[in-house]
Amino acid sequence: MSAMPGVVAVNTFREAVRDRVLYNLVFFALLMMGAAILVGQVSIGINRLVIVNLGLSAISVIGLVMAVFIGVGLIHKEIEKRTLYSLLARPVRRWEFLVGKYGGLLLTLVVNTSFMTVGLAAALYYVGRPFVRSDVTVLVAIYFILLELALVTAIALFFSCFSSPMLSTLFTLAIFVTGLFASDIRDFGALTNDRAMEAFTRALYYLVPNFHNFNAIAAAGHGDRIPLALVGENTLYAAVYATVVLVAGSVVFARRNLK
Amino acid sequence: MTRLSPGRASWKAIVAIPLLFAAAAFLQVRIDAQTRSDGAQQEQLLVSSGALLKKLSLGYDPLLADIYWTRAVQYYGTRVGEGHGDFALLDPLLNISTTLDPHLIIAYRFGAIFLSEPKPIGDGRTDLAIQLVKRGVAANPNEWRLDYDLGLLYYWRLKDYQPAAAAFLAGSNVPGAPFMTLKLMAASVAEKGGSIETSRMIFAELYQSTKDPEVQKMALKELRALKAQEDEMHLDQIVREYEKRFRRKPASIQELISARLLRGSPVDPAGFPYEIGPDGKSRLDPRSPIKPPDQ
Amino acid sequence: MGTPAIEIENLTKDYPSGFWRKRMRRSLDHLSLRVEEGEVFGFLGPNGAGKTTTLKLLMRLIFPTEGTARILGRSIEEVAMHADIGYLPEQPYFYDHLTARELLDYYARFSGFGRAERNQRVARYLELVGLTAAAKVQLRKFSKGMLQRVGIAQAILHEPKVVFLDEPMSGLDPVGRREVRDVILDLKRQGRTVFFSTHILSDAEMLCDRVAVLVRGKLQGTGAPGEIVSINVQAMEIFFEMTDGRQLPQALAKQAAQTGDRYRLEVAEAELYASLDRLRETGARILSVTQVRPTLEDYFMQLVGREAAAPHAMEMVTR
Repeated sequence: MSAMPGVVAVNTFREAVRDRVLYNLVFFALLMMGAAILVGQVSIGINRLVIVNLGLSAISVIGLVMAVFIGVGLIHKEIEKRTLYSLLARPVRRWEFLVGKYGGLLLTLVVNTSFMTVGLAAALYYVGRPFVRSDVTVLVAIYFILLELALVTAIALFFSCFSSPMLSTLFTLAIFVTGLFASDIRDFGALTNDRAMEAFTRALYYLVPNFHNFNAIAAAGHGDRIPLALVGENTLYAAVYATVVLVAGSVVFARRNLK
Repeated sequence: MTRLSPGRASWKAIVAIPLLFAAAAFLQVRIDAQTRSDGAQQEQLLVSSGALLKKLSLGYDPLLADIYWTRAVQYYGTRVGEGHGDFALLDPLLNISTTLDPHLIIAYRFGAIFLSEPKPIGDGRTDLAIQLVKRGVAANPNEWRLDYDLGLLYYWRLKDYQPAAAAFLAGSNVPGAPFMTLKLMAASVAEKGGSIETSRMIFAELYQSTKDPEVQKMALKELRALKAQEDEMHLDQIVREYEKRFRRKPASIQELISARLLRGSPVDPAGFPYEIGPDGKSRLDPRSPIKPPDQ
Repeated sequence: MGTPAIEIENLTKDYPSGFWRKRMRRSLDHLSLRVEEGEVFGFLGPNGAGKTTTLKLLMRLIFPTEGTARILGRSIEEVAMHADIGYLPEQPYFYDHLTARELLDYYARFSGFGRAERNQRVARYLELVGLTAAAKVQLRKFSKGMLQRVGIAQAILHEPKVVFLDEPMSGLDPVGRREVRDVILDLKRQGRTVFFSTHILSDAEMLCDRVAVLVRGKLQGTGAPGEIVSINVQAMEIFFEMTDGRQLPQALAKQAAQTGDRYRLEVAEAELYASLDRLRETGARILSVTQVRPTLEDYFMQLVGREAAAPHAMEMVTR
């Protein structure tokens, strides 16, 4: 296995870490945790629910913002600033570069999410609740959020290969929203009793990345058990879908005439 | 020399793309099966307040209303098949839909029937149904069908004839409503309370005005039960005639026919013949699918 | 002779242009070249001639409309071949947030060196380009000249067999340029092939074994710098001044160049004496008469001028 993607990944991670944006976001997340604790104090008895809900939502939203806003610039910036020129003269294939960028951003997101998870755990602990078995669901929910981010990052990166950051952000968010409501769109198509519409929405459902698969925030709030099989299937789904997006990105990137 | 092409190996990638999409679709099917089969995985509403959702929706209320309405229908459809009669989220879902879009008439009408219908077909909560429809009437003063639904709920489920008549009357005053029909309904109910003619009028209206085949079936069922009731009343009259003549109760329909009081063997709307019970009263064939109307 | 270091055959690049992107603008027209191993090869041409396009095509940053190329006998599509080449792009730009040392270390990783080796090379080449003092400074703070030096360092630190430099002297002060010249000469001494593009002809004259001249995407000629200019017939230059307030007749005034009181007239050798006579008649005082060795510059200007006048004229001067 080639080591090139790893080299690029580490550098991408380093770049992200040195970029001040990261710290602002983490700070914001911690702020949210604080707010959650405050709200929890007000409504007695549902401390845990509120903190978990708010905390997980914050982790999800901030992760999403990072994935999209950093992701859409990753390749585009390199092409615009022409930092890519001397690099591609090295024995590194374009797809290796792309995968490396992906890995670097993913690593950044994982590290970030980990910090925020610690913050969430601290908030729960502060509220005075000991950790119970069912808290595992919270970790699973966070894992699902990471899967979601992995997929969004791949999509943002794909657009970054050929489109400006503004358009890429638009497209990525459009796909994200569509994927979030994919099952509703399909059900709606079934309700219309129009064969063509039904077929179309069904096809759309299977084509679009179904982000609703990864939403376990409500379950985490109630402490429900999430079956292992689902964890495995979601992981596979995210992996397969991210792969197809990256492959498509590689094809586009490989053929592109750099300015 | 031949032309240099960009990625030489890219054709492999291009072939891989549809294959990977197929794999993703396959996994999606499995994930869907997984979330469905897992009974413990209740559907959760993260935000159950319609008002809050309205604020969060950033102006896309009608779209969100459609989404929640779709989910309500899906929720009902899935659970009615499971047969346990638990529709805890139906009322919240319908309430959210109608809060986001107060003019979503179909949601009110759906709730009217399926919230009040006894388990396991419905939620068995007439109170919630009435609450929902009242909100619908308030938000849609020109929609006479909602007044009708309200009257239906009072008449059918609660047998509370005063408010039922009031609702029908209110509906009859709405421009564009079937004026005569509703006025008649209001008058009958006010005067006689529950009666076969009134019920027939009401359920006939339900049958005509609904597009939902399930609701049509329900209305038809009621109408048939009413017809059976009527038939039985006629038969009882004939039985009394027989008693007068022969000083005893008839043992079977055949005797009535022999006594020339009946021309042929009468059948109920489902095609099953009526019988005379041991108490001398007419009754339905036990095998008949027609159930006596709610007493 | 062996395998040439660089072989270019009919390399052509069209760009879509115009509002509807329908028209094609040809920025490189069927370029064919050979560069032998160990040569220092200068790729000359005015701005916009297609020099950078050629280099980008060779580096596979863009893809040709027609034609092929080979480096060290291997197709340019082979990524592995890149281990043996180095590239300095025009106006290079590198990751801002890294220091000079970190950048070179990053690039060195792509060549698969171990940590000790990397540290060694990075230190050595930082010193070679005179950036040892700035090793720990973030590239964000570097001047253009410093960036150029980092660029050269990254191009050669893996000791490639062929080095491609796009305008290596640009942005450097005379001291810097001398240093780059020394680096190039040093590379030549090590037996490496250097292919560099420039529009500064004096550098090319001094350094190159051979040059190629590119104007408006078309190759005008290749050969040793001396050869290219020998086609021109030698001329004579006459310096003179006007005395007693006499004016130069129109015809001569047009031909002569004036600086202050002095005039310079260039004439073909054969016409020298006739011109001198004519000047004396007009009352000019002859100051000096010397031979003019035409430079690459003149050849160049001629070509450019001619190209501008007749875009389809082509003059091949090859060995």
